[in-house]
Amino acid sequence: MSNNPNETKYVEVPGPGKIPERDKDKRPVLEASHLGIDFGGLTAVDEFNIAIGATEIGGLIGPNGAGKTTVFNLLTKVYQPTRGVIMLDGKDTHGMNTTQANQAGIARTFQNIRLFDKLTVEENVKIGLHNSIGYHLPSAVLRLPGYWKEEKKAHDKALELLDIFDMADLADVKASSLPYGAQRRLEIVRALATNPKVLLLDEPAAGMNPSETEELMNNIRKIRDTFNIAVLLIEHDMKLVMGICENIIVLNFGKIIAKGTPIEIQNNPKVIEAYLGSQGEE
Amino acid sequence: MGEKIRLLGKTNKHSLRGLINYGIIVVFFAVITLLKSAGLLTNALEGQLIPICAYIIMALSLNLVVGISGELSLGHAGFMSVGAFSGIIVAGAMKYSGVNANAPRLIVAVIVGAIMAGIAGILIGIPVLRLRGDYLAIVTLAFGEIIKNILNCLYVGVDAKGLHFSVTDEAHMDMAANGTTLVRGPMGAVGVSKASTFIAGIILIILVLFVIQNMVNSRTGRAIMAIRDNRIAAEASGINVTKYKMIAFVSSAVMAGAAGVLYGLNYSTVAPKKFDFNTSILVLVFVVLGGIGNMTGSIIAAAVLTVLPELLRQFQDYRMLVYAIVLILVMIATNNEKIRALWKRVAKSFTRKKGGEVNE
Repeated sequence: MSNNPNETKYVEVPGPGKIPERDKDKRPVLEASHLGIDFGGLTAVDEFNIAIGATEIGGLIGPNGAGKTTVFNLLTKVYQPTRGVIMLDGKDTHGMNTTQANQAGIARTFQNIRLFDKLTVEENVKIGLHNSIGYHLPSAVLRLPGYWKEEKKAHDKALELLDIFDMADLADVKASSLPYGAQRRLEIVRALATNPKVLLLDEPAAGMNPSETEELMNNIRKIRDTFNIAVLLIEHDMKLVMGICENIIVLNFGKIIAKGTPIEIQNNPKVIEAYLGSQGEE
Repeated sequence: MGEKIRLLGKTNKHSLRGLINYGIIVVFFAVITLLKSAGLLTNALEGQLIPICAYIIMALSLNLVVGISGELSLGHAGFMSVGAFSGIIVAGAMKYSGVNANAPRLIVAVIVGAIMAGIAGILIGIPVLRLRGDYLAIVTLAFGEIIKNILNCLYVGVDAKGLHFSVTDEAHMDMAANGTTLVRGPMGAVGVSKASTFIAGIILIILVLFVIQNMVNSRTGRAIMAIRDNRIAAEASGINVTKYKMIAFVSSAVMAGAAGVLYGLNYSTVAPKKFDFNTSILVLVFVVLGGIGNMTGSIIAAAVLTVLPELLRQFQDYRMLVYAIVLILVMIATNNEKIRALWKRVAKSFTRKKGGEVNE
């Protein structure tokens, strides 16, 4: 596994964790403390604490069924947490629904791809741009100048975003007819289009071949650097996680078992145990 | 990327399709006008012209809910009847107060009927749009029946003091002796003075097409279709699901209301039972046969299926049989894998000629 030569320095923040030193003047963009959710009698996630710096790339790993996607669903308010607080860019997300959470600055992709199948690639991106397109229904129906101006702007913006993944030439293709890898990339572009402060990626490299994964890693870094946003990703591909994440959280049975830089995580006995099973006899 | 993807030419597909729909309506109007002036139009067929227009609008508006918004509504005739009866009442009251010209009565009636149906749409939409799939269908079905039954016991009259309403009988309306009864319970609207014209119908269709097509090709339409395709992803992309479902549902109700006025003001008597479950299903048949989400298909299906029973009148005993067989054949033709593959091949060879090949 690769070691990161420019290891990020971390500073303590008042709250549930550490953020990269370069972000210390800004407050953590996403903070969750004592987060938990019960489904009936089952505690799916408990005592989940996280702080993500404004331009940090974080990783969330763990064995299958550890509760990683549940954490994403909590952070994006698909589920309302039973316990705990989520602060998004300094705002308490209590009482928000998914739509409002997105508008407050959190965007995500899905483990099982969720595109708008019958719409074109460009229209999918324009859905992400929806809240930044500034005209209302009457001017659309009457085709007033405002409509044309804003649609032109949205069209240009959509192509510009698609260009990040070299997908601008696919703009008129139906989303459902895209190959698998391109569908995953389109989901990322659509999430980016909502102009988020935090981007949550749920297994972005699933089903990709090694060279595509390599390209994806570069693109995630590029996204972080161009848009100055934080990224939190769930991934099973350890090469990707160890390669780009600056800070990693390991989840098992709904609880955090380890937190730290890639090197710390690789050498953590608890993590090894969670992945490989206990070595000793009990 | 190494993937091979066929790109279509850069033609704007949406606007092209939109223009085709306007074209169909204009050609339809021109052909009918020609036939009329040549005296080739039978009386029975001529009587069908306004209902055809009304049903085309109904099909278009239901397609907005079923095709664009992806919700199954089985009570569309309910909105039509709300429009029809409010339109009839308004037109009747205007006539009573001395407005005899048809055009202003029709225009005001259409506006009022559309607004009333829109209000009904909002009232129904608030509870109903929380439901999904089959539940929505069941509740809208019930709504259609409730509206029909309310209208069944509604009495409306007009005199010098204004409108009088009653839900028991005519005597309870407290109407002056020189007043006119407009709506007479189960008998429906009686003595309606006709105001609908074929031209008005055509104008209404074009207006409805204009609104639907421009709406679909805007951020509103995209949001509605995004919710249809994937509700969870739409929410996660910052789309207000309830708002956009409501916009689609209420716009559809408004259009159905306008269609109802056009339809109602075409007959001298209109009974509430005309707008029952069968009418809702009939309109749904137009939409399904024309292709869900396909506006051109809705227009053609509504026109053909409204005329068909009339054309088959000479076969009296067999006409519903033939009608049913035609329906079944169309369903088979549009759903059969082989026939669909054939269609696709035809379409493909057509686009290839126009679009040119890229990356193939």
